[in-house]
Amino acid sequence: MEVPYHNVPKDDVLPKTSNVLLEVFDIEKTFPGVRALKRVNFALSEGEVHSLMGENGAGKSTLIKCLTGVYGFDGGRIVFQGREIRPESPLRAISMGISSVYQEVNLCPNLSVAENIFAGRQPMKGFFIDWKTLEERAAAVLARFDLDIDVRRSLDSYSIAIQQMIAIARALDISSRVLILDEPTSSLDKQEVEKLFEIIRRLRGEGIGIIFITHFLDQVYEISDRITVLRNGELVGTYKTEDLPKIDLVTKMVGKNFEDLAKVSRVRSASPGDVILALEEVSAYQSVENVSLELKRGEVLGFAGLLGSGRTETANLMFGIDRNSGGVVRLKGTAVKLASPREAIRGRIAFCPEDRKRDGIVGELSVRENIILALQARRGVFRFIPLRKQYELASRYIELLGIATPDADKKVNDLSGGNQPKVILARWLATEPEVMLLDEPTRGIDIGAKAEIMKLTLGLCQDGMAIAFISSELDEIVRISDRVIVMRDRAKIGEIEGDGLNQDNILRAIAGGGAK
Amino acid sequence: MERVKLRKTGGEKRKLGIDLKYIPALSAIALFLAAYAIGGILYGERGFLSMRTFATLFTDNAYLGVSAVGMTIVIISGGIDLSVGSVAALSTMMLAYGTEVLRWNSVLMLIVVLLTGMALGAFMGMLIDVFEVPPFISTLIGMFFARGLCFIISIQSITINDPLLRALGKWRIRLPAASRAAAYVNLSVFIFALVLAAGVVIMRCTKFGRGVYAFGGNRASAVLMGLPTRRIQIGIYTFNGFCSALAGVLFAFYTFSGYGRHLYGMELDVISSVVIGGTLLTGGVGYPIGSLFGIMIYSVILKFISFNGSLSSWWTKIAVGVLLLFFIALQRVTVVLVKRSKRELKRKN
Repeated sequence: MEVPYHNVPKDDVLPKTSNVLLEVFDIEKTFPGVRALKRVNFALSEGEVHSLMGENGAGKSTLIKCLTGVYGFDGGRIVFQGREIRPESPLRAISMGISSVYQEVNLCPNLSVAENIFAGRQPMKGFFIDWKTLEERAAAVLARFDLDIDVRRSLDSYSIAIQQMIAIARALDISSRVLILDEPTSSLDKQEVEKLFEIIRRLRGEGIGIIFITHFLDQVYEISDRITVLRNGELVGTYKTEDLPKIDLVTKMVGKNFEDLAKVSRVRSASPGDVILALEEVSAYQSVENVSLELKRGEVLGFAGLLGSGRTETANLMFGIDRNSGGVVRLKGTAVKLASPREAIRGRIAFCPEDRKRDGIVGELSVRENIILALQARRGVFRFIPLRKQYELASRYIELLGIATPDADKKVNDLSGGNQPKVILARWLATEPEVMLLDEPTRGIDIGAKAEIMKLTLGLCQDGMAIAFISSELDEIVRISDRVIVMRDRAKIGEIEGDGLNQDNILRAIAGGGAK
Repeated sequence: MERVKLRKTGGEKRKLGIDLKYIPALSAIALFLAAYAIGGILYGERGFLSMRTFATLFTDNAYLGVSAVGMTIVIISGGIDLSVGSVAALSTMMLAYGTEVLRWNSVLMLIVVLLTGMALGAFMGMLIDVFEVPPFISTLIGMFFARGLCFIISIQSITINDPLLRALGKWRIRLPAASRAAAYVNLSVFIFALVLAAGVVIMRCTKFGRGVYAFGGNRASAVLMGLPTRRIQIGIYTFNGFCSALAGVLFAFYTFSGYGRHLYGMELDVISSVVIGGTLLTGGVGYPIGSLFGIMIYSVILKFISFNGSLSSWWTKIAVGVLLLFFIALQRVTVVLVKRSKRELKRKN
């Protein structure tokens, strides 16, 4: 008998066939020019949390989209509860019992909670919607998740975490057997993640098969029973979580012994240069209060704090997106008013924003056009950069930053996720800035790309640039920064440097003042 | 501990105890009452507050009201329809030409006219959904097409003499008004009331109506939630095509003529009334009842000018412009307030 897992290495764990819920055999998917899935096998059992791991471009999303009917597939079979299926649309997949919840909550913010749960399948009384039943049933559905909220209120009056749980509740209420969670925790804080995991564990107990995708390795180890690793559209293997140490997982994901990330750490510069940008007691309406800090030439200044602590707001202030209402901003000693990003750019400040899709990347433009964007903006519309010069610049930065693209004219949308932040970085480097503000430059990209971005950052710093590095991942901050500003509740609560610079101290600082 | 926190999020307070998204619609109602009261103070002795004047607020503008109900649904879905004036003009022309020149049966002609409006609407909806032409463009196409068709049929203004249409247009009932001047309500007002009631029920109580809200709230989500997006999209514009055609019929009842130059720019009056009535141009929020008050505000402004006597009627346009500015600003402020209260909520948690 032919073993279906012909491309599975020997050390793999084959699932017990007795309670297999969903099985994928030799699935193939080809996009123009790319073979996104190469004869991949995957199996999900009842009552298990199965993490799907891989770097950007490994084929995770493609596999998920084949399972949920967003894409068709070119070869192979999907067997669900013993029957071969071929979902042609998300709607079909949902009705079969395969639901997915994405990082962005796919619900309607203007509708009530109850309506969101029942949209498209409202209980009817004659020709009309039976609102009373609808709301009662919605409350009952949410009670399963210990969510005691007013279901008549509009969805957008609740936090993202709750919205996400409502999305899961909706998915499960449509008789789900398989729940796919694609980066569900990216916008949640620690407590909210705990709450979500509690629910995932309960659902697992009820026999639901859960596919979990995340970039957070710790979460993978906390919640999953098995891990399947993909790389370049191929299956690397399926493993029991306890049999796969973290370092092995990373190795399998990147495909080589990968110690680069651990190696990224810097010799802290003995004598940082002069102060380039200084904030003195700066406050802004609806933003931060009384923040003072100094950004010096040749150092990396880390910003630590929880989401919403004021890190991004501070960066916005330094880049002229928000204007300060109190305090002084000094650029090389002179007090300036940074009234707009344009002025900040003129002052040789550069900014890689957190939400690249929204604030930075112009996906429809080519790599070259994206790279010269800021430089052209600084020069003004009338001093057009000659095409030849543009190509020179583009190819220089493509090489320097190792942007994986066949040529400078490829649309940025067609690049894989890890390369997009590099394009933004290139854009700002082209303006030869003296201050670089990096807001979550490593968010949502794979480990290999993360290490590269961090190495680049350090390289720039050695060249004398002042860098503000904002990140939610403390180990990154600790590894890379000379000094760390700790923020909480829109204020700076501390500054850590020297020997005291470690994760414990930062965490203590973040938590410390909280005991009111 | 965690559970307690979740409950607390659910119990967050609303300013003034009302949902912020109702503010634009409620302010439209307040503005109407204020304008009406001011009119009463200024022109009370000349009968501004009389039942007769009040009734004409509806009789004169019922056709706009009918169109506004359809437009409300379009705008809630996040779309726009520029074709309503032209489609309404085409209706007057078809009705006049059909009954007067072709001598067709007037009831048959009414049906043909309404079906034509629906077909045009469905076609535009299809352009939007199937070919992904933005609503602004596809309804612009519809606008030119319908207006051009008017003049292909006839470049003349055709008077309607059909006895049944005349009778329908003239039919009215006297209201039991206390004042000396008799107040009347005509057929248009009843039809407007019916369409408005249908609009309210559709938007509140049917899957289609709720789908329209979902559409306007987040289109991508609506698709992923598995709503029948094509049916909804085409349905929206078909319904609005019906409303436009019906508005044209009512206008024909009012003027007893069909003419290609009728109702130039009506779509803009309708859109502004809908926005003044509290429907967010960005979609997702709005109420047909709000649009009723938008239309009434518009009517009151017209009344102001006719009671004043010395003002040019073009002041209406300026007044509507100023009001639009005010209401768009109000919508912006509301959005900002909602965002801020959310941010505070996030911080509290």
